[in-house]
Amino acid sequence: MAGERDIDELTGTATTGHEWDGIRELNTPLPRWWLWLFYITIAWSIGYWIVYPSWPLVSSYTVGVFNWHSREAVIADLDALRAQRGPLVERLAQASLAEIAADEALSQFARAQGRPTFQENCAPCHGSGGGGAKGYPNLLDDEWIWGGRLEDIALTIRHGIRTAQSNDRQGSMPAFGRDGILKRPDIEAVADYVRLLAGLNTDKPANLERGKEVFAETCAVCHGADGRGRREVGAPNLTDAIWLYGSDRTSIVEGLWNGRGGVMPAWEGRLDESTIKALTIYVHTLGGGVR
Amino acid sequence: MSLAAAKKCREPLGAGSEPAVVEAMALVHKLDQAPPPDDAEDEAPLYAARRKIYPQAVSGTFRRIKWAVLVATLGVYYLLPFVRWDRGPNAPSQAVLIDFPNRRFYFFFIEIWPQEVYYLTGLLILAALVLFLMNAVAGRVWCGYLCPQTVWTDLFCAIERIVEGDRREHMLRERGPWTTERVARLGLKHFLWIMVAWWTGGAWVLYFADAPTLVRDLATFQAPFVAYLWIGILTATTYVFAGHMREQVCTYMCPWPRIQAALTDEHALNVTYRYDRGEPRGSFKKNAALRQQGLPAGDCIDCLQCLYVCPTGVDIRDGANLGCIQCGLCIDACDSVMAKIGRPPRLIAYDTDLNIKRRQEGKPPQLRIVRARTVLYSALVAVVGAVMLYALATRTTESISVIHDRNPAFVRLSDGSLRNGYTVRIVNKQLAVREFALDITGISNLAYEFVGVPGSTDGRRIVEVGPDQTREVRVLVTSSKALPHSTEIVFRITDLATGLQAQASDYFRGP
Repeated sequence: MAGERDIDELTGTATTGHEWDGIRELNTPLPRWWLWLFYITIAWSIGYWIVYPSWPLVSSYTVGVFNWHSREAVIADLDALRAQRGPLVERLAQASLAEIAADEALSQFARAQGRPTFQENCAPCHGSGGGGAKGYPNLLDDEWIWGGRLEDIALTIRHGIRTAQSNDRQGSMPAFGRDGILKRPDIEAVADYVRLLAGLNTDKPANLERGKEVFAETCAVCHGADGRGRREVGAPNLTDAIWLYGSDRTSIVEGLWNGRGGVMPAWEGRLDESTIKALTIYVHTLGGGVR
Repeated sequence: MSLAAAKKCREPLGAGSEPAVVEAMALVHKLDQAPPPDDAEDEAPLYAARRKIYPQAVSGTFRRIKWAVLVATLGVYYLLPFVRWDRGPNAPSQAVLIDFPNRRFYFFFIEIWPQEVYYLTGLLILAALVLFLMNAVAGRVWCGYLCPQTVWTDLFCAIERIVEGDRREHMLRERGPWTTERVARLGLKHFLWIMVAWWTGGAWVLYFADAPTLVRDLATFQAPFVAYLWIGILTATTYVFAGHMREQVCTYMCPWPRIQAALTDEHALNVTYRYDRGEPRGSFKKNAALRQQGLPAGDCIDCLQCLYVCPTGVDIRDGANLGCIQCGLCIDACDSVMAKIGRPPRLIAYDTDLNIKRRQEGKPPQLRIVRARTVLYSALVAVVGAVMLYALATRTTESISVIHDRNPAFVRLSDGSLRNGYTVRIVNKQLAVREFALDITGISNLAYEFVGVPGSTDGRRIVEVGPDQTREVRVLVTSSKALPHSTEIVFRITDLATGLQAQASDYFRGP
């Protein structure tokens, strides 16, 4: 476009000089303030460099004039949330478990607090719904190896099971086969007898007489003569429908041969007082809690 | 007649007036017609300089309508937050309130919960349809009279005219030297603009909190920071958009002119220059002489009054125009001129191009308001309005929802029986505490446990739900007998006082 400006006749507007198959482009320029807005956004971005952390340096970065930090912003938000919940958290820490359970509002708050705590800390083993897995107890049913009352659950959460802090909760299933206490045929015989106790089929030609003898001599000490288990030593009830490691013959034989003794970590010190209470109430109200 | 030919007919200002007036008018005219200063280069500029517009004061029918609409809309906007509406002790008593912390929206007798936001959707659909209907009947009625950008710009222009003088005075002052008076007037104008903008932003935040309390808190600097922030933001946008951006918002920023142009048709009434009557334009004296000789002479005397009063600076005589917001002020301006020169009014009027052509062909003009599209829009407005009214009139104030535990779907207990867990939420939308009986039916011989709800009456579980609140109840259902893989189970609530019921169904799962 040299010198002469091409004016479109119909509209009286200048064209850009571009033409495609006889179609010409009218020159309707953007308003100048649009350009200025563009410059302002550039200036604004420079303001950001000054105010906020921005430029990476060799081993650090420019921190900005207000020393703003996203981590501190999160901490401030969490503090604000704690301050808002403060009175209820305080009541939770002061009240006994029975008092919390009896107070509708407080137990509702405890359940709401307990849910995320459970998801963060307990769900990896016990499942997001508390349904458990092989070796990790189901918290929804009514079978509790170490007791399902509020105090029992709280104690289990605080000190764990088979940990340095868990005092008398150390009992475990010995490795009868591996340690040479029982011979293979005796183990298989007692496994069949245990299935009989639970009302399950013993399809193989089983030596139930020998199994009963072995049970009385070796197992009844912890699991009781009737097989109903003893909470004091953490020996589960063998006569009900719930099996932590499975009720099939292979699983039972495996348990007798190698022993069992899952570990639950202690949470005291890792979770604070009100959180442990909230978690206790939450687990108790999942469905299995014993009153 | 083509636009190019119409432009050729344009003549300079009429001679014979007072020299001073002629000089002033000539200057104003020159300023108005002159291209932007750096437009004279050979190369076309990349960015267009803005041509400043000095809308002249005008009086007449449409100006009166615009004043009335301005007073009514701004009156509603500024005063509505202070209207009280008694809802009893458990709800705020402000007629219109958007209560974000509690997730409630109050509009007189209507209360909306977040899950009922489809009322808002319905309202927006209704608004769009009404906009289309207005467009089908009379073009950009919204732009010319009702749009906040137009209303506030109108107010800001009025302030500008009061402080800095009408069009001519204002233009001459801006061309003149920087005197103390000019600086004082300029300062006063911006001060008044900012005051109006500040009230605008201030009124906005009052819709989100109890208005009288917030006004007191704002005045004593006790209000939350976010309130001051929003007042600041809206003060700035009002000041910038109504004071400085004005017609640029309509021309460059608003999508509606583009959509409107695509939606309109040839029967829609628009502010139209009746060129069949106005052309050939010429000075009053010249055209009067031509008329006496029996030669063709138009009524347009090219006085440019229509251009001077235009808030967006378009020449209506160029025909339909994207920049024209169709406020009708040029009709008022032209009518006053026609009255002075003794010609009939409405040389510019709400009309269609189609009618101009019909008149040129000697046919009578046509007004077709009832057309397929206006009927369709009206019908849709009626249907959507009726659906919304029905939904509002039959809105229930209690409901129940049930979520089955997902993981695990069922639990086997030590005696071999099955248990399913449900999370039940009971909603009470009334402003009083209500007691609901929660019944579970569908499967016989079940055992229930309601976590966190003590006591029961006559074998039913009674759940108390607070005013305008919801309550979650965890229900454990146990079956000792074997059930199929999936069996339907129904949860029903009954208001003990009124007997109103609501129910939700789910399934009892087994292996």
